[in-house]
Amino acid sequence: MSTQAPPAARPVNVTINGQARSASVEPRALLVHYIRESLGLTGTHIGCDTTSCGACTVLVDGVPMKSCTMFAVQVEGKEITTVEGLKGAAGLHPVQEGFHEEHGLQCGFCTPGMMLSSKALLEDNPDPTEEEIRWALSGQICRCTGYTNIVKAVQYAAKKIREGSAA
Amino acid sequence: MYPASFDYVAPTGLEEAIALLDSHGHDAKVVAGGQSLIPLMKFRFASPAILVDINGIPGLDTLAEGDGGLHIGALVRHKDCERSTLLHGGRWGLLGATARLVADPLIRNRGTVCGSLAHADPQGDWASAMMACRAEVVAQGPAGSRRIPVGELVVGPFETQIEPNEIITECVVPDPGANTGGTYLKLERKIGDYATAAVAVQVSMTNGTIGTAGIALTGVGSRNIQASEAEALLGGKEPSAQLIVEASKLAAAAADPTADNRGSVEYKRSVIRVFTERALTESIRQAKGGAL
Repeated sequence: MSTQAPPAARPVNVTINGQARSASVEPRALLVHYIRESLGLTGTHIGCDTTSCGACTVLVDGVPMKSCTMFAVQVEGKEITTVEGLKGAAGLHPVQEGFHEEHGLQCGFCTPGMMLSSKALLEDNPDPTEEEIRWALSGQICRCTGYTNIVKAVQYAAKKIREGSAA
Repeated sequence: MYPASFDYVAPTGLEEAIALLDSHGHDAKVVAGGQSLIPLMKFRFASPAILVDINGIPGLDTLAEGDGGLHIGALVRHKDCERSTLLHGGRWGLLGATARLVADPLIRNRGTVCGSLAHADPQGDWASAMMACRAEVVAQGPAGSRRIPVGELVVGPFETQIEPNEIITECVVPDPGANTGGTYLKLERKIGDYATAAVAVQVSMTNGTIGTAGIALTGVGSRNIQASEAEALLGGKEPSAQLIVEASKLAAAAADPTADNRGSVEYKRSVIRVFTERALTESIRQAKGGAL
């Protein structure tokens, strides 16, 4: 057993939801702890903590990833989007509106992760089939089992975004 | 859950990374995607004193045909393979079919093919695919690089013959030729679960007969299993329904499953037989250009 002192905390600089932020953490600090505890953004949830449920999903440089399965030191200099960053100056993001209009949430615990994956999906594929939506969200668990309405919410958002960009 | 304390370095060159591994020996661990390593560290099944993050090393993210076949660099994510049109059907179709069934979409965004091979989970999907297509990994250490067939890489559960001061820089898949088909069939209880049983198949045709056939099994033993007897039966033969049935029985016999909450021994063996039959039929159809 090593008797050395733990490695010192080091600064981790990110752009989160468009804002430059910095906080010092030990190398073993998980990204989700950095976001929730160091930066105070508690919209990102810890579900299973075992890389199974996807509740902690955030976007790292636009790509959905499990923030419980990355270390904060690994996102130095990267762009992070959390649920707090979805709402724009014009109001709710179409995905948020979709979850609201289609009752895409019951308890709401999985919702931040679901919405971030949905945002990434729609940027990649503006007109997904139901199968493609289910496939894209298949790493995320809704323990209320509200999947039908989650799919409808994403379809609502897709339509809204397509109509918006066509206008 | 927090892992035990560790030091973290993110070298920007391969030589620097290898030098770090060489000086720290068994205390160091390479991290690429980390989708298996980080959970192990959180459970404290692994407690490396120093983590060498290779994500910042340029040149390791190549996924392209080149000298000797298809090159899959150490930083190629599962998602890169899932999305690459190069791997959709045709000679690399087995790899594209495997990629989309690895873990779940979020893990595929981060985890790497080479990392999965290095991790050597006996339930890992990639090792079966790579064994079926006779791929090799390139391991680079202080003294240079060596190539190791994936079938020889794994020596036991979570154990490979990679030395502590070596890094897998890429996986190289030999070009099986145009008249090739392949697929990966996996039974899982839910997305992201380990395979109850899975079969990787690749078949290359030569003048109407089977030139080479690769068959490897996931989830039915303490490591991925190459179904060598089934492969040997198929080689040089004209494909027929009867031949496929016989080969599938040999593949099922090669399986060495244990009973757990995913199924009994008999059930898993039966899945292997049925999946091998289906995968062979599909691979031969592809290899013949669509007609059976």
